[in-house]
Amino acid sequence: MLFTSYEFIGFTAILLFVYYLIPQKYQWMLLLLFSYIFYYMADPAYLIYILTTTITIYFTACLIEKNADRQSAFLKQHKETLLRDEKKAYKDGQKRIRRRTAGLCILLNIGILAAVKYTNFLIGNVNGMLQAFGQEKQLSFVSLVLPMGISFYTFQAIGYLVDVYRGTVRAEKNPLKFALFVSFFPQLVQGPISRFGDLSKSLYEKHSFDSKAVCFGLQRILWGFFKKLVIADRILTGVTTIISDIDTYNGVYAFVGMVFYTLELYADFSGGIDITIGIAEALGITVQENFNRPYFSKSLKEYWRRWHISMCSWFRDYIFYPVSASKAMQKFSKFARKHWGDSIGKRLPVYAATFIVWFATGIWHGANWNFIVWGLANWCVLMISEELEPAYMQFHNRFHLDKKPAYKLFQTARTFLLVCCLNMFDCYSSVAETFRAFGTMFTAGNWGVLREGALLNLGLSMLDYGILVFGVIVLLAVSLVQRSGSVREKIGRKPYPIRVCLWFGMFLLIILLGAYGVGYDSSQFIYNRF
Amino acid sequence: MNKGEIIFKTGITLVIVVGVLYLLQRLLVPKYVDGIVEGAFVAEYYQEKNKEFDVVFIGDCEVYENFSLVTLWEEYGINSYIRGSAEQYIWQSYYMLEDTLNYDTPQVVVFNVQSLQFNESQSEAYNRMTLEGMKWSSAKVKSILASMKEDEKFLDYVFPILRYHTRWSELTADDFKYMFSGKKVTHNGYYMRVDVKPAENVPVGRMLSDYSFGDNAWKYLDKMVELCEQKGITLILIKAPSLYPYWYDEWDAQIKDYAEEKELLYINFLQLIDEIGIDYNTDTYDAGLHMNLSGAEKLSVYLGRILSEELNVPDRRNEDDISRIWEQKIIDYESEIEVQYEYYGINKE
Repeated sequence: MLFTSYEFIGFTAILLFVYYLIPQKYQWMLLLLFSYIFYYMADPAYLIYILTTTITIYFTACLIEKNADRQSAFLKQHKETLLRDEKKAYKDGQKRIRRRTAGLCILLNIGILAAVKYTNFLIGNVNGMLQAFGQEKQLSFVSLVLPMGISFYTFQAIGYLVDVYRGTVRAEKNPLKFALFVSFFPQLVQGPISRFGDLSKSLYEKHSFDSKAVCFGLQRILWGFFKKLVIADRILTGVTTIISDIDTYNGVYAFVGMVFYTLELYADFSGGIDITIGIAEALGITVQENFNRPYFSKSLKEYWRRWHISMCSWFRDYIFYPVSASKAMQKFSKFARKHWGDSIGKRLPVYAATFIVWFATGIWHGANWNFIVWGLANWCVLMISEELEPAYMQFHNRFHLDKKPAYKLFQTARTFLLVCCLNMFDCYSSVAETFRAFGTMFTAGNWGVLREGALLNLGLSMLDYGILVFGVIVLLAVSLVQRSGSVREKIGRKPYPIRVCLWFGMFLLIILLGAYGVGYDSSQFIYNRF
Repeated sequence: MNKGEIIFKTGITLVIVVGVLYLLQRLLVPKYVDGIVEGAFVAEYYQEKNKEFDVVFIGDCEVYENFSLVTLWEEYGINSYIRGSAEQYIWQSYYMLEDTLNYDTPQVVVFNVQSLQFNESQSEAYNRMTLEGMKWSSAKVKSILASMKEDEKFLDYVFPILRYHTRWSELTADDFKYMFSGKKVTHNGYYMRVDVKPAENVPVGRMLSDYSFGDNAWKYLDKMVELCEQKGITLILIKAPSLYPYWYDEWDAQIKDYAEEKELLYINFLQLIDEIGIDYNTDTYDAGLHMNLSGAEKLSVYLGRILSEELNVPDRRNEDDISRIWEQKIIDYESEIEVQYEYYGINKE
């Protein structure tokens, strides 16, 4: 069920209606029921995967907590009798058990994810190597179902398990409540990747009907629809035309394609997240924000703090920190300091840990070298920026440009273009194609075709461009207004007729300008495929 | 703000919102008053004050372009109507019949069998032209469900604004003028054309791998026969004298056998060209695809005799109420002939 389908709208409307009609103590059960219906409707086979993750992580978390509680009780009981070393040995032994238990469970779930997502990627690479070594024998690809949202719910569930292991959150005793945390349908397909500590309270508590929350939720959904249907799905035609034929659409077209794709990606992904957050809000549930006007960033580092926030923080907390603090990395740090001095010795382990994070980020996005190279390209740019930081500082100390609005604008534009270039890996079918398309921007020399109406050869009419320009202006205006606080709050303070006109106007814009229905190839949300 | 105020404000808002959406929808839906007028045919039926027709024709362009009902009236006093639409599929014909029976039960139903060639809907545009004009009833709902192609949504039929939301960029003065009421484009469902284009290079039917009609098509023909039996209606199967789309002998044989088995009258007008007196040099306006006025009148004279003499369809010319209605229809008919003769630059003589 696509978020923008009538079925989904009807499904959500029924849920909202029933949700506030039934006794509040049953609300979370209703959410669980609807979440599983949602998942079942996508494909009944998917249920096996999500159930496996839910059951294994639920029991493991309970076991870990039980062990931790037993440890506390034991230590309390033998507080007087045990020596300090004995206590430490006991604690270490128990911790090892917990770590191994958690590790096994994580391995199992990552294994499932890897098996369904990366098996064919692996086979493809093995075949490539066999061919390179002159072997004729090729391994056959396997037909595996890739369950919807598996990357999201697996990470969310693993995050919970690690939190329980770390003692940050208490394990959820009710298996059904935990099942709801894993399967909460609005965020099941494209996130955000929520933390148990953030989501669980509002997910399980009783909610009475709050007209403001429901209105705000619906307004957020409307905004998501605007982004998705008016901008993302309309620009999609142009993007598809450009990336499908690199020989015809090279040079300036490749440039236009990468800019279009970057706009599409944001409108699509953030639009989907707006719908997710809006539904949750209407249900009285708080889901964390996933974007913070990322294209206003002045550096790639800042961009990654403002884009797909939940994923980035997940990788930071559950990969970067553990890897940085791991024994191997400590050893590497010591080795680096000893051989290359304190300054490099300090930075190298950080770079190594971020390398792992970016490799993981890349491969999480898809079983394709494009994504891996995309992740590592991000890493490269970030590391180079980090290394050049002192030079930047010197430059700014001398010229004092960093406070000037024009320079800030330049930084924003530069970061946007950089992100556009990196996103090209996501568009084209292979790494080689991406580099080829990128290269043609400098070699094709066809920038003059813009004057000859080249943009009208991309399957988009003047009217489409008009709508797109209008949509992007609205997006930009809303983002600018957002800097000084919530747009919905601001509109909410206006007189009733103005409020109604604004939101009804938005609704009409979606109806009239949206790229949906017969004649439009309604596209899936881009992040659904991850 | 007290509860009453909230309810009042919400109520007013809802009325305005629904009102604006309704007006917008009326504006955006195609009016079919110019160019492709076929989409307007189905809805015109409901404007008839007296729907007690003795004969109802059901089918595609082979009925609505080939039979002049004014001729049937003038020659035999037969009170009839054509519930035809472009590429009307047989399941749509069946539900069109069901819909018609909600208003009255005719003595005879004439169904053109060309549509049996299709076992599933071929085009969303044709679906729309048949289904949108129908008034909401269980027949319409069932017809939509039976007709929808994979990429179509039922809700788009309920709220056509969702289908035509992009038409705002192509609105014309007609969209405003005919926002609430359309212009009559047929004469009791007959779509008139007076111009002539002789049938010269008639395409020959290409070989088919399978000449059997599909199960779905047969199913609806069975249902139609059953419904007519239940209601005591005489069902006549016809094949209009359109030279193409090609009517294969194998198809004809299947219909003949079926008609024999069900004891139905089946008339293949393609085999009666000489008897009817059709001249494809003068009686068609699109090279043999459809009859023009001259051809339609000849065909109606021939069919009218069968209806009147063999099936005893009554002559209503002595009934004042119906005659008065037809008087006006004849005036409109004659007047359009004049307009078309002038438009196409044809000398009446």
